[in-house]
Parts: sequence; C-alpha cells; structure tokens
Amino acid sequence: MPQTEVRPPKTQILQGISAKALRVDRGGRAIVRGVDFEMRAGEALLVLGRNGAGKSTLLRALAGFLSLREGEVRLNGGAAEATLAEQAHYVGHADGLKAALTALDNLEFWARMLKGAAGAGLSPEGALEKVGLARVGDFPVAYLSAGQKRRVALARLFVAPRPIWLLDEPATALDVGSQAKFAEAMAAHRAGGGFILAATHAPLGLVDAKELRLDAVRPREAGDAA
Amino acid sequence: MSSPLAALFGRELRIARSVGGGGAMGVVFFLILVSLTPFAIGPDLNLLSRIGPAILWIAALLSTLLGLDRLFQADADDGSLDLFIMSSTPLELVVLTKCAAHWTLTALPLIAAAPLLGLTLGMEPAALAGVAASLLAGTPALTLLGAIGAGLTAGLRRGGLLMAVLILPLTTPILIFGVASASAASGGTVPFHTPFLILCGLSLMAVAGAPFAAAAALRAREA
Repeated sequence: MPQTEVRPPKTQILQGISAKALRVDRGGRAIVRGVDFEMRAGEALLVLGRNGAGKSTLLRALAGFLSLREGEVRLNGGAAEATLAEQAHYVGHADGLKAALTALDNLEFWARMLKGAAGAGLSPEGALEKVGLARVGDFPVAYLSAGQKRRVALARLFVAPRPIWLLDEPATALDVGSQAKFAEAMAAHRAGGGFILAATHAPLGLVDAKELRLDAVRPREAGDAA
Repeated sequence: MSSPLAALFGRELRIARSVGGGGAMGVVFFLILVSLTPFAIGPDLNLLSRIGPAILWIAALLSTLLGLDRLFQADADDGSLDLFIMSSTPLELVVLTKCAAHWTLTALPLIAAAPLLGLTLGMEPAALAGVAASLLAGTPALTLLGAIGAGLTAGLRRGGLLMAVLILPLTTPILIFGVASASAASGGTVPFHTPFLILCGLSLMAVAGAPFAAAAALRAREA
C-alpha cells in the first residue's frame, strides 16, 4: 500500500464515527440491539450498563471480532480503505502479552505488528516510561503483577498510534496513581483528535463524556437470561 | 508489509526457545517413537529396513501434530489473536507465518534427525535420502492441514484430541505419497519422481488453501 504513505496526512484524519441500529448476536441470541451513537473527533463515549448488558459485546463487535447482524458503522474521513478495526486499539480483559518475553520485547512486537498509517509513536522504552514501568522493561512479563501487566498492555496504545481507543474496563487492577496518569493520557489523546469508547463500571476520569446506556436501548425479549 | 511478519516469525522462535515453550518436544517425541518400534517388531533387519520409511513417516506425522494444537490456543487465551485480527496485516498471512515458524521449529529438526534414525532401522543410503526428501516435501502440508484443525479448536478447552481426530483422516494422501516416494527411492517399479511430485503438489495446495480455511475458522471462533 504505497499510496497511503505518500498521501498528505490531512486526508487521513478521522473526523467522525456514526453507528446506526447496531445488532450483535452471540450464540443465536441478540445481545446488543438498536444501538445508535455519533462521535466526533476528541469525544469520548462511556458505554454503561449492568453485567451482561452487552458492553463488551458491543466493543468486540466494533473491533471486528464479532460481525454485526444488523446496522452499520460509518467512518467520516480517516485512512482510505482502512476499517474501523485497523484504526483502533482494543484493550480488553486479556492483556495480549506473552509471559515468557520481556515487557520491552512484547511492546516492540506489537509496535511492529500494529503500526498504522498515523505514523510512528513512542519508542517501546518511552511508552514504558510513560506508564511508569521503565525499570522492569527487561523483566519477563510472567514476573509482573496484574496491575503492571495491565500498564504494559496500556503502553501499547502509545507505541502504535491509532485514533480510536476501544477500552473494556481499562482501569482494572490499576492503582490510584496509574489511574490518574491514564486519565491524563486519555485527555491528551482526545485533545489530539482521538476517539475513546470505554465500557466501565469504575469512573475513568473522562471529562464531558457522552453516555450510552445499554439497558435503556435494549428491549427485553421473552426467553432472555436475566 | 514484511516487517510485521518478520517480527511475528522472530517472536514465535523466541517463545519456543524460552522456558516451557516446548520447542524441542516434537523431535524428542519423534526420536522416542522411532526407537520404540524395533522393540515392538523384533530384531528382523530385513523387515525393519523394508517398513522403515513407513515407521519414520508415521512418527513424523504424529510428532508434527503433537504441538500443533497450541498453535493458536496460546494466542487465543492471552488475547494476542484479537490484536492480530485488528492489525492491517491479513490474518491469512499471520496464519502462514505462524505455520512457517512452527514448521521450522518442529519439522526441520525432524527431517535432519530422520536419516540418522533410519540407520538404526537398517535402511540403505538411497532410502535414507528418499525419506529425508519426502519429509521435506510433505511436512509443510501436514503443518498447514493441522493449522486448520488448530484454528477450529482454538476456542475450546482441551481441543487437542479433537483436532487430531479431525485432521488425521485428511492426512491420508500425504502419508500414502510420502511413504511411496520414500520407498521408491530405494528401488521398486515406480520411479521416484512420480509420487514425489504428487507430494509436492499436495504441499503447494495446502500452502494455497489452508491459510484461508484456518483464518476463516479463527474469525468464526466467537460468533
């Protein structure tokens, strides 16, 4: 894809995301239905709802792991021919780290694997420093605590810049200081025209975030599990 | 485009080399299987040298499939597979690269060990060369067929046996032409190149088709 590299960066800036009447099925049952939302650059969307409301399912569908049964997601602007998944980062319950490799090796690998059209990001060392883990970079990930692993997973967001962040309970296992640092990083990402979609029960420190309540938009069906 | 795949290839090798990666397990299993067979059959050198190619091929088949169920399972468990799907590199190429790394780690040492083990079975030099050549041509097909099974069972706990049950019947043609070309190398009515070329064809077909099937299986994992 040499054309996308010589294109001036202005045309690659993603300006908006709009989703209409999304429906996602799992195991033959509608988990998410009738979801609409609109986002512009710099906005954050909090996906809220009780356990089992479909928050993770919605994020996983947007990331391209599950197919949409109905509805569509439109991108306004952004790299030509790039899908939403290719312009997004996903941080979910699994950290995507190999326990046998060091934190730096893991980050270097994901930097090369995920690097997008948005240009170079921080170096793996710089990203580890940003999440406060510069000292354990050459440690195998197996020896890190759950919170440290999550911080290495979050450092992935900085080594390969992508405009959309899909975050599923990103602050799990993070201590108070790291949560504050991550809130700053999210604010900086939004200030740079990024998008954040987060499913969470805990406050993430996102200022003026829109809210999407999945309980409200999903009509209950007979036969659904409680 | 090549840089992400080179990074993936290097990562696979590093993981296999690290503690618990199981890099040498396939070739050790192969060695044990082949050295056990003469104990079961008895010290009849003529018989052993005649069925030597078949023993080596069956052992290669089983030891190739041994570690293959972990090919995608580990990545599915730790979330790496999700991130592969989100990278701009096609999942088919990711599958092909992982298979290439697995083949390098498992099948290549096995091909190097096969002539040595063939000596213990009393095989002739021509037959040893034939076995090595047929394994070189046939094991890529085994790895790639196994990758389809690994993709189908990636979301399942304890899917290893299911994968072997799914894939072993499909390996029949590879086994037939592999053993046929190995035997043809030490004489017989069929010239060596006839079964050998069919074996090469099977491997090329697997290279062309299996990555698509395995990638489709991985994408359908959650639906």
